Amino acid sequence: MIKILKYMRGYTVFAVLAPIFKILEAIFELMIPLVVKSIIDVGIAAGDSGYILRMCGLLVLLTLIGFSCTMVAQYFAAKAAVGFSKNLRQALFDHAQTLTFSDIDRMGTSTMITRMTSDIAQVQTGVNLTLRLFSRSPVIVFGSMIMAFTIDVPSAVIFAIAIPVLCVVVFGIMLAGIPLYRKVQARLDRVLGITRENLSGARVIRAFTDEENEIKTFKEQNTALTAVQKFAGKISAPMNPATYLLINLAIIALVYTGALRVEAGAITQGSVIALYNYMSQILVELVKLANLIISMTKAAACADRIAAMLADGGQPLPISKNKEKQDDFAVTFRGVGLTYQNASEESLSDISFTVRRGETVGIIGGTGSGKTSLVHLIPRFYDATRGEILLFGVDVRAYTAEQLRQKVGIVMQKAVLFRGTIRDNLRWGKPDATDEEIWKALDTAQARDVVEGKEGGLDYRIEQDGKNLSGGQRQRLGIARTLVADPDILILDDSASALDYATDARLRNAIKEMENDHTVFIVSQRAASIAHADKIVVLEDGRAVGIGTHTELLESCPVYAEIYYSQFPKEEECRS
Amino acid sequence: MPVMKQTKTTRGTLSQVLRYLKRYTPALLLSLLLAAASVVLTLYGPILIGDAIDLIIEPDRVFFDEILPLLIRIGIAAAAAALFQWIMNIINNRITYGIVRDLRSETFEKLQRLPISYIDSHAHGEIVSRIITDADQFSDGLLMGFSQLFTGIITILGTLIFMFAINWKIALVVVLITPLSLFAASFISKRTYSMFRKQSQTRGEQTAFINEIIENEKVVRAYGHESEAQETFREINERLESCSRSAVFFSSTVNPVTRFVNGIVYAGVALVGALSVMTDPAFTVGSLSIFLSYANQYTKPFNEISGVVTELQNALACAARLFELMEEPAQIPDEDGALVLENANGNVEIDGVDFSYTKEKPLIKDFHLSVRAGQRVAIVGPTGCGKTTLINLLMRFYDVDKGEIRIDGTEIRHITRKSLRQNYGMVLQETWIKTATIRENISIGKPDATDEEIIAAAKASHAHSFIKRLPMGYDTVITDDSGLSQGQKQLLCIARVMLCLPPLLINDAATTAIYTRTEMKIQNAFSRMMQGRTSFIVAHRLSTIREADVILVMRNGSVVESGTHRALLEKGGFYAELYNSQFSGSAGAAK
Repeated sequence: MIKILKYMRGYTVFAVLAPIFKILEAIFELMIPLVVKSIIDVGIAAGDSGYILRMCGLLVLLTLIGFSCTMVAQYFAAKAAVGFSKNLRQALFDHAQTLTFSDIDRMGTSTMITRMTSDIAQVQTGVNLTLRLFSRSPVIVFGSMIMAFTIDVPSAVIFAIAIPVLCVVVFGIMLAGIPLYRKVQARLDRVLGITRENLSGARVIRAFTDEENEIKTFKEQNTALTAVQKFAGKISAPMNPATYLLINLAIIALVYTGALRVEAGAITQGSVIALYNYMSQILVELVKLANLIISMTKAAACADRIAAMLADGGQPLPISKNKEKQDDFAVTFRGVGLTYQNASEESLSDISFTVRRGETVGIIGGTGSGKTSLVHLIPRFYDATRGEILLFGVDVRAYTAEQLRQKVGIVMQKAVLFRGTIRDNLRWGKPDATDEEIWKALDTAQARDVVEGKEGGLDYRIEQDGKNLSGGQRQRLGIARTLVADPDILILDDSASALDYATDARLRNAIKEMENDHTVFIVSQRAASIAHADKIVVLEDGRAVGIGTHTELLESCPVYAEIYYSQFPKEEECRS
Repeated sequence: MPVMKQTKTTRGTLSQVLRYLKRYTPALLLSLLLAAASVVLTLYGPILIGDAIDLIIEPDRVFFDEILPLLIRIGIAAAAAALFQWIMNIINNRITYGIVRDLRSETFEKLQRLPISYIDSHAHGEIVSRIITDADQFSDGLLMGFSQLFTGIITILGTLIFMFAINWKIALVVVLITPLSLFAASFISKRTYSMFRKQSQTRGEQTAFINEIIENEKVVRAYGHESEAQETFREINERLESCSRSAVFFSSTVNPVTRFVNGIVYAGVALVGALSVMTDPAFTVGSLSIFLSYANQYTKPFNEISGVVTELQNALACAARLFELMEEPAQIPDEDGALVLENANGNVEIDGVDFSYTKEKPLIKDFHLSVRAGQRVAIVGPTGCGKTTLINLLMRFYDVDKGEIRIDGTEIRHITRKSLRQNYGMVLQETWIKTATIRENISIGKPDATDEEIIAAAKASHAHSFIKRLPMGYDTVITDDSGLSQGQKQLLCIARVMLCLPPLLINDAATTAIYTRTEMKIQNAFSRMMQGRTSFIVAHRLSTIREADVILVMRNGSVVESGTHRALLEKGGFYAELYNSQFSGSAGAAK
């Protein structure tokens, strides 16, 4: 909470001035009962209507000054709160841009999005309310007591007793409520979970005719939720009545003491009214304060979560100093193992192979066999937890992020395009790419017809998530996007799955015919896509169970043979 | 102020709401009665205090004999008001939470009776928000709104009556100045509305950008697009700051403005009141005190009421959405005297069936199929050809538009849904795991299964070995994302079917195109299950097809070819074409 206060920078002045103006307003408000007292004690007593008129004019003036102060305070509070949340949001977003893949996996994107949207909104409201009310309410409450002391000490003692008692009641009930509301939230989440689950499993539930059981479970959880809600309600129900009663008891005491003091000639009738007015003001402000503290605790919880995200991750992967060239291969894997954070087992184990410049490597294996994990090590999305990886003979950890991005281009499994024109999207890998370069990449990616078929060509606007393109079109544009950057090592991570067989083949040929010696990794579940690679790595459960050419593997690697023959039955030979 | 979509907050909704409240009528009436009593007593307090103040004039003119009974009366009035409020709070809690509970349970129950088409065609998030959020806001907004509105009106009316009764001139001052505050408030809220709209637009833009970038953060990192993204974000963020600032500021001026008007009323009352004390012997200093304390609280209910109106509108909008769900036509109930199908033989006939999800797009036309008990039917075809639809029709998730589907000669609409579905074992592509123990997950189709039966089913589906290794074995509570692999989930889904072993099977499980050990196990489990049972297999891989007795080749909603693998290949038609292109190249892309 304290940690994120630094994001108030640039708005500190407003954050300080807002409560000050608020306090000023409160002080002017505290003077009103005194003016009323003078009207009664001086004006009415003397029958001086001119004095009364002047005093009422003073009342209007006080109200007006108070009003101006509040308006200033409201504006400063809004400025500070909104500015603070702006800074915080930018900081969070910037922080997200420094996270490593492991950080992202650990935090989860939906959590990050919640922090940046609803959590920040809560914090903004909390800050705004705090700046506006947190100074005003205590000033009114304790100011009333101080004013009471200036009027009459014995009467003021009643304030000194009533205020702590009221505080105990208000804050006691509130504190008792907080854990209960947390319980309510937990129960509510459960009910929500059941509903969501029920919807996603509607077919299964009906197929197994489990509806009645689902209803039963829901009703149980729902009733449990209601029970906690009712209990929490029962706890907070006496708050308003109890404080009302207490204030009235205090007023009774005040009137009685006032009567005694007037009888003794110590104070006037107007003073009694002033004391009564001060007492009435306290209640409203105390209740406001209690509500404020509830929203403050909520905002503080959000602030803590935000602070936790800001403190989490974002450490750039260390750059190794060892720039020694160890071999002449384009890519070398030496006894590589990978254990993801918080995973108990290795996702990749003992992977060793070498790839010469210009070679094409096929990587094949079942779902979860580690294909994507393997290729993600090449651009150093993750660091190998065992062994080492060399790019062009040099440890991958010795390259800067920028160098790696220039050397390695990866087309990810899910073809994601962003809102903007096709040109904007294709320039991601190379911001200054010319249209000529873009068209060349499109040709290789077999995507020329996609762009030519769209109104405006390269200026065609892609909608969010590429909704206005088909899966195959997205994939081809995604491939082109990587090709524009013209990387030395090109990785296609199952990125042609939505293409038909013929297009897939044309794409592979076009990539093969590209200028310069590109080293290409093709990850696929289609045996046909990788059968002609110079080298095929067969993965099963994170281990390389076969490395070699198609013909070699068909002989020596039963897993490969199994995969191959499941797709190409023995009686019919591969037709590609 | 939230920007609200005016859903049909018609009189219809209102009367439905009232009908819904009917069962709570006595409690509601009691609550209103208590509210009224407590308000009147609260307003009575200042009068008693004013009377007491009139008895404290100056030394030797303080009348303790009369003050003491007054003080006791103040105490009693306050205690009674407090007690009434307390009881009212408790009653209101009961009503509110009772209504939400009932609403939730009823909508959830309704959901189980709605046709699958409803669930298919509505975003799940939206349905969930109806059952959870709308129900909550409805009862909360309705009751809180209603009781606040009621209390507010009584307070205003009561104050006015008391004031006019004591001194109509001062009361008139109050009545004349008050509308000022209302004008000011409505002026501000009109202004703020457009600002709020701009704010929510910009916020929407920002949220969309955050979603787009953060969800694909890995892609952003892979292309080194971070600084461009930061720049765009900064630009939107600055814009949001400026429109948010105006919106937040203007909305926070409502309170000060009404307080200001309140202050003017207060000064006016003080002026006219003080002058009256001097001229009107019936108007005492105590009366002035009464007026001043009334003037202080009088405008508060106005503020509340304007908030309450929005709240009530919102509550009605929520109610409209809820009732819309409740009034969705339920699935057609089972016929009277529908047959309870027990252990079907497994002869299935589909006879001249037409079906479409939407009237405009006919999907299945004049579909014919005859399957003998024990046959293995594989369904092949490109995506969208109607494979899944066929399952929907067989299980009666959807009803046919024309034609008949018969099991053992009985039309399925003459059979109870429950018994029809109990005769099918279904494994779907999407593995669904509910948050419950492994045991409960397996026994979903047969809740009274013994432990031995459950373990036997798990063993038969090769799930036992991994279940054994879980921390609590069969009592481990699992959720959809609690770390089970896709394959393990699939094995559990098969275990479910293994436990029931119904005479008909439907298998739409897309095991990936490549054999791994787990997938082999899944495959073996399937094969064993299919022995002697009529089974429908949606073909995701070649081997399943080749073992089938009949292959149905579907295209655009109808069967274009059927026969065995060999016969179809020899024919050289659509199947051969599909087989050669799609299956030889990409078994994985079949779906």
